[in-house]
Amino acid sequence: MTIEWGWLTTHTDDLLALTLDHLATAVPAVLLGLLIALPLAVVAHRVRPLRGLLLGISNIMFTVPSLALFVLLLPITGLTRTTAIAGLTVYTLVVLLRNTVEGLDSVPAKVREASLAMGRGSLGTLVKVEFPLALPVIMAGVRVASVMTISLVSVASYIGYGGIGQLFTDGFQRSFPTPVLAGVVLTLLLALAADAVLVVVQWLCTPWIRKGARA
Amino acid sequence: MIRFESVTKRFANGTTAVDDLSVEFLEGGITVLVGSSGCGKTTTLRMINRLVDPTSGTVSLGGRDVRELPAAQLRRGIGYVIQQAGLFPHRTVLDNIATVPTLLGWGRRKARARAAELLEVVGLAAESGKRYPHQLSGGQQQRVGVARALAADPPVLLMDEPFGAVDPVVRTLLQDELIRLQAELRKTIVFVTHDIDEAVRLGDRIAIFRTGGHMVQIAPPAELLARPADDFVAGFLGAERGLKLLSLISLQDVPYEPIAAVRTTDTAAQARAEATGRWLLAVSPDGKPAGWLDVHALDGSDSIGQAALTPVRGLTDADSLLSALNETVSSPTGMAVRVDAAGVLVGASRDDVVHAHQRSLA
Repeated sequence: MTIEWGWLTTHTDDLLALTLDHLATAVPAVLLGLLIALPLAVVAHRVRPLRGLLLGISNIMFTVPSLALFVLLLPITGLTRTTAIAGLTVYTLVVLLRNTVEGLDSVPAKVREASLAMGRGSLGTLVKVEFPLALPVIMAGVRVASVMTISLVSVASYIGYGGIGQLFTDGFQRSFPTPVLAGVVLTLLLALAADAVLVVVQWLCTPWIRKGARA
Repeated sequence: MIRFESVTKRFANGTTAVDDLSVEFLEGGITVLVGSSGCGKTTTLRMINRLVDPTSGTVSLGGRDVRELPAAQLRRGIGYVIQQAGLFPHRTVLDNIATVPTLLGWGRRKARARAAELLEVVGLAAESGKRYPHQLSGGQQQRVGVARALAADPPVLLMDEPFGAVDPVVRTLLQDELIRLQAELRKTIVFVTHDIDEAVRLGDRIAIFRTGGHMVQIAPPAELLARPADDFVAGFLGAERGLKLLSLISLQDVPYEPIAAVRTTDTAAQARAEATGRWLLAVSPDGKPAGWLDVHALDGSDSIGQAALTPVRGLTDADSLLSALNETVSSPTGMAVRVDAAGVLVGASRDDVVHAHQRSLA
């Protein structure tokens, strides 16, 4: 198996375009997943009987094969990027929902009680106290979901929105390994970069954790 | 000020936390609720700021049913301190203290200025304001908790075992601070503890609860200790009930006499010359009692500085008869050493004088 370096240099523009296309599917999928997971997690956290149900559903949806999921979505959203995003969003939920619930669980009851007792409402307490304190656990979920989504985007090649994944189909059809290897490396780099960005975001959002113990 | 009228709280699981409670808490004083765990004292406290709503009966504050106001608004007018402070780990100390003023819409600047002022009131250094709670010691966190409760200057303060999680030395310190603050602020304080000694130290009145949510007796500490309503109360007050009563009596009226003392900088020869018996009181150069010197153990040494001193605790007029009694028992001479407010030696009370004073009260 030989790599044709020449191909890489003549296709940098394509590679960049595919990478951006990849992100255009992956980023909305994770954000949408978060948007759905946060309120659901609050419900699962507050209403004990619903917790098992919601987590169970997200688990089951995760086991639906991606191809089948896209096929199921096609009649609703057609051959669009929306289909790709919607499908991937479903998979992010399993991690995001579980981590957000666990994050909320990790907030000490005394702190929540103190917030309510100071005269902050239930919603204010959620936004100003519970979510910030749950952030490290939620962010751990976002990191896993992001890496997972970035690697999963390729499967949307079936419907033409595979981003870097297009390289795999291309290389496979032509029995030409260079694009495949380039795609693998690109996906890997993209996942690492996304993870690094999220680490920085988390670092910036949690100044209290950076401060050492008793000074 | 705070009034409970036939208040009962039954929880969903069927337990009765508070059973038909009717009581009024002293305005401008500290009422301590004591009892073993599960006796309903915390539930009682939490019904005042509506963290718990009663099953029946009414709780009123300043003549108004607490249910008249929206819960959040009510709570902003009531200070609340809990065990381990319950501080917001993700906010700086200053922001923690500024919580209620911010909620009341004071504006960031004014709220922070007030928070900075309160740091000083509770005895914390200004620079600790920029720290996060986990960077402070347990005692300091508890002070921040008190400061946070006082921030909007509420007339009522609810304290739920606020000093339960700190070591005994720090606890005593925090109790002293609370007494000092209260002398100045005259808040209406409801304080929950399971520590009867803490109750006796802090309470203007003590309410004793027993399992099942019954309040058995409410009385000033001295009255409670002298005349417990029943065996349960007597049992709860403990075997040292009499001694606890002595802890409420100050030394103000206990006479003292001058006592010979040497300075720790003096020579062994001077000490021997001064001594009338085996033991001699040594004071530091600034006149504060340093310890009891065993003159017999001075053999061979030139100065007192090297000699091991038996510890002594100088008592001020504000200290209790109980601590004087303790000193007479633990000092080798049976003397309770007396000092002025600055800690400088003024004299000593002999054990028979202390005992005589105690008997004269009975």
